[in-house]
Amino acid sequence: MRLFICLFMWTLLSALPANAVNPNEILADPGLEARARDISKGLRCLVCQNQSIDDSDASLAKDLRVLVRERITAGDSNDQVVNYVVSRYGDFVLLKPPFNLATLVLWLGPLLLILGGLTAAILFFRKNKKITAPASAPLTEAEKMRVAELMAEDNQ
Amino acid sequence: MNKRLFFIAPLLVFLVLAGYFAIGLTKDPRKLQNMLTGQPVPEFTLVGLQGRDDTGFKSADLIGDVTLVNVFGSWCVACRVEHPFLMTLKQKNLVPIHAIDWREEDKSAGPLWLKKHGDPYTLAGDDPKSKAAISFGVTGAPETFLVDKKGIVRFKHIGPINQQLWQTTLMPLIALLRKESSS
Repeated sequence: MRLFICLFMWTLLSALPANAVNPNEILADPGLEARARDISKGLRCLVCQNQSIDDSDASLAKDLRVLVRERITAGDSNDQVVNYVVSRYGDFVLLKPPFNLATLVLWLGPLLLILGGLTAAILFFRKNKKITAPASAPLTEAEKMRVAELMAEDNQ
Repeated sequence: MNKRLFFIAPLLVFLVLAGYFAIGLTKDPRKLQNMLTGQPVPEFTLVGLQGRDDTGFKSADLIGDVTLVNVFGSWCVACRVEHPFLMTLKQKNLVPIHAIDWREEDKSAGPLWLKKHGDPYTLAGDDPKSKAAISFGVTGAPETFLVDKKGIVRFKHIGPINQQLWQTTLMPLIALLRKESSS
């Protein structure tokens, strides 16, 4: 029984997602291959647009993976490879948008919204404090006498 | 501080964002930024198709005349739709059309397709591994590039070209580019 459970768990755990990279694309040098995988994960497949070329089975993605590997093998740096692909397809091909003038709002917008929200919250609660805790006016003579009367009654 | 504004501001921010997103939804995500317009055609050298008498198609062939470069494939349904119009352009001898035969799994597939439906191309190159297609920034077939006499890409169209696009855009642009000098 224990053996059965072990085998069952092993089957479950070994069911990793299928890999789009074909065995014949993989470079012999594991260092270069690791770089290729790294670059491929950041490049958008132009056919199935929310997948990276590393994940996609589209034929264009395959050709792009091969191109990335060819360029790495030819001695290009990671940046050179990415820049080449961007020069052909534009910034859209990058799954992580670059930080530039066109994407300024995208990158800084959330920060601005949080700062705005915090400022608004601080202002709001400061104001409310003043409303909920007003300075109490001193008692009038008549009220003081009434208080003394009530306390006297209680003490009896 | 104006109290009313204080409460309306988040709603306004939300509406502005919602407006941007609503506009974004109407845009076609397949229409990418065109990186090549205004740039010289990328360097490429392709072998010719079987059975055609040209020896291939390379970037240097694009210098000297105003031409169209059409990316097609025998597997591409939209290319079949576009094809009769390319034949019309060829028959009327309106502009030379060169072809990048893209991602054929079999070397004979492209030539067979052309034999069956007609061959509108002046020069044609076989690009089974997307070498030229990627350097042109092609994402799907058909795509058509208008190249001027100096070999500079002046216009790109994704999808089939047709009579309407010819009348409104291609024909006037080609007439204009023909007046430019080639040096």
